Amino acid sequence: MTTDPHRDASAAPLLSVRAIEKSFPGVRALSGVSFEAARGEVHALLGENGAGKSTLIKIISGVFPPDRGEVLVDGKLVDLARPDDARRAGIATIYQELLLFPELTVAENIFMGHAPRAGLRRIDWRAMREKTNALLASLEIHDLQADRIVGSLSVGNRQRVEILRALSQDARILIMDEPTAALTEYDVTRLFDIVRKLKARGVAVIYISHRLDEIFAIADRVTVLRDGAHVATRRVAETDAAGLVQLMVGRKIESLFPKVTVPIGEPVLEVTELERQPLTRSVSLTVRAGEIVGLAGLVGSGRSELAQTIFGVTPAESGETRIGGQRVDIRSPAQARSLGVAYVPEDRGTQGLVRPMTVRENFSLAALGKVAIGGFIDRGAERRLAGDGVRRFAVKTSSLEQIAGKLSGGNQQKIVLGKWLANGPKLLILDEPTRGIDVGAKAEIHRLMGELAAQGLAILMISSELPEVLGMSDRVLVMREGRIVAEFSREEATQESVGAAMMGSHENAEKAA
Amino acid sequence: MTAMTLAGVGTDPRRRLKVLASQEALLAIAVIGLAIAVGLNNPRFLAARNLSDVLLGNAYIAVAAVGMSMVIVSGNIDISVGALIGVLATISGTLAVNGAPIVVAWLAALVAGVVVMAFQGVIIAYLRIPAIVVTLGMLSILKGGLISVTGGKWITDLPDSFHLADIELFGLLPFPVFLMILVTILAALWMRYSASGRAIYAVGGNAEAARLCGISQPRTIVMVFALHGLFAGAAALLYATQLRVIQSTVPPNLELTIITASVVGGVSILGGVGTVVGSTFAAVLIAEIASALVFIDVSPYWIRAVQGVLILVTVIADILRRRRMAGA
Repeated sequence: MTTDPHRDASAAPLLSVRAIEKSFPGVRALSGVSFEAARGEVHALLGENGAGKSTLIKIISGVFPPDRGEVLVDGKLVDLARPDDARRAGIATIYQELLLFPELTVAENIFMGHAPRAGLRRIDWRAMREKTNALLASLEIHDLQADRIVGSLSVGNRQRVEILRALSQDARILIMDEPTAALTEYDVTRLFDIVRKLKARGVAVIYISHRLDEIFAIADRVTVLRDGAHVATRRVAETDAAGLVQLMVGRKIESLFPKVTVPIGEPVLEVTELERQPLTRSVSLTVRAGEIVGLAGLVGSGRSELAQTIFGVTPAESGETRIGGQRVDIRSPAQARSLGVAYVPEDRGTQGLVRPMTVRENFSLAALGKVAIGGFIDRGAERRLAGDGVRRFAVKTSSLEQIAGKLSGGNQQKIVLGKWLANGPKLLILDEPTRGIDVGAKAEIHRLMGELAAQGLAILMISSELPEVLGMSDRVLVMREGRIVAEFSREEATQESVGAAMMGSHENAEKAA
Repeated sequence: MTAMTLAGVGTDPRRRLKVLASQEALLAIAVIGLAIAVGLNNPRFLAARNLSDVLLGNAYIAVAAVGMSMVIVSGNIDISVGALIGVLATISGTLAVNGAPIVVAWLAALVAGVVVMAFQGVIIAYLRIPAIVVTLGMLSILKGGLISVTGGKWITDLPDSFHLADIELFGLLPFPVFLMILVTILAALWMRYSASGRAIYAVGGNAEAARLCGISQPRTIVMVFALHGLFAGAAALLYATQLRVIQSTVPPNLELTIITASVVGGVSILGGVGTVVGSTFAAVLIAEIASALVFIDVSPYWIRAVQGVLILVTVIADILRRRRMAGA
């Protein structure tokens, strides 16, 4: 902090967030989170998926109000009821998905909503262009022109437009949510240059990233969140990657996961150097009968993409796939299904369940070939299939004719799971099997997974909950940036070892140097 | 107002859910209840002649609404069907007048209907262009083409054997009514019991889930539109043969009347929900209301407004029901 000339401008920190609490129906998202950012400080927020970072920045940007707690700017309490309030308090947020108007020019985007006006309140186009040029010059950006159409710009340049937009509104606090997620290395370097310039001007930057190397390259302090609570705030200079990972994952394994040891059989799925750009890069893995293989990684590491490539939703561009030893080339979900592969998608609302349909109809949807004779559905067979599923999965429903969308999340998940098992698969790919469901339904699904493995099913499980991965898996694979970067046996896998591989903290090169 | 209350918008909030749950039963009650209510007011309404005229003259709307219901259940819409019925009627009539065998004249309408609709289905499904845009374009092409080609002239001197609508089965059941009932029953059974029928509901209810289950969305949509074209062809034949002449214009806003029948019949405008039984009852109800207006001495021009109220009320009820489901 010695490089900071603005530090002593006033005693109060520029941004102060105090004891924020926020609950959503059924979930406690934040419980008493506090942190501060000074003028000219880059303050990183770090935490696993679901740790509460997004909720926190949404509260600071006025997207929704906290249940309790307060936000102070320059030591003065601000009421952030709407995004506009945050803007007036000098807070600007750059989200991962850039919010720009692709058909409009750079200048129009920057001044959307606050264009300079001339007489009769008409837009003063010349002033707008001049101000845009001044902003561009102030950040030494020379490859952008005020009248370029934003839709034609690179991702890096679009992000620069967003930053300029924030500056044009005199933002003094700039929140950046995973700004480098979609950037090339060159653009990351330029982003860091800009962040350093903003720092020098006294802007406080709240920087959210999963990439530890970036945090070490650019941040002054880092605040770690876990399960919606504040864990620690450290000076970056006084910590290291291992220490941060420890802070992030240090969670207790609170429930027992009933994976029982069963004999592991022959390989069911073998993929070799599977390739599908951009997020499946030379992936090789094997899943055997009776085995549960956990696939860990951060959101965006390519786990779901890999599952969809194996399942034929986005067929592989190259590489080899074997099912039960037979070489196969899976081009569509229908083909994958006929080969005995089942996929329970991540988002059961949009991908798994047909909500207006009945429980019976949902159960038979993936097995219509089995219950239909000559194109017509045998109602009796269909009812038996659905009835078996309901009993086996202990789905709590008033009848088979209940509309599936009216059931609880856990019961919906059981139907999606059961629908696929109706087909008698050999390989089951589960994408976040217990996200968003209550503890009871979770335990039920874990019990079922154990049972299915014991019956000789091969299971590939994607999960963002480390305790679940560690509890359920016979083997853990870790993905990062589309590649499998580590493999652990059940004994080797710990929160620290898997967490470190997920974050990539062992390669601590300073990208931005 | 009698009709509206009967159509399922009772004020008792506790009953609302149950009532909506079986739209078909409710519409059937509404059809009968309205007949009795208007009959008490003016007994001539119940004369066999009037009732049969109501059914006869509107059966083609119910037949077209069967196809429309499938299209809407699949998550699409078609606003070209009214213009298409006019074109198909003209094609069929022109062939008949020019001496083509009557069966050929009839078949031509069915085949052309399937071809035009399947073509639209291909564009919608494979080029992924919203159905409303594609069918709006087709609406203009067909309407403009029809008036340009015919020059607005009516087709007269149709051979007697052409008049399909004149046939009476067993000497009492008019063919259009028979066809309406037959098409409704067959389509209902197919939608309910066939794997392809189930696929329509799956695609309309959740296209992504259907895809992951190995159901081809494009193929399902093309199939639905092709069938819709077949029903449009049948509707065109009934329309063309019920009068002695074929006009070069179709009843204005015919497509809207057909869509209204589907939606009031309980087909969710968001896709995935609804039956063709409901849409047929709704088509009959709308025709009945139009006729009843005359008998209770209200200007028949009010029928548009009544249709509008019915459609708004049904759609709002459907949306509210879906919200409740989403909240559960």
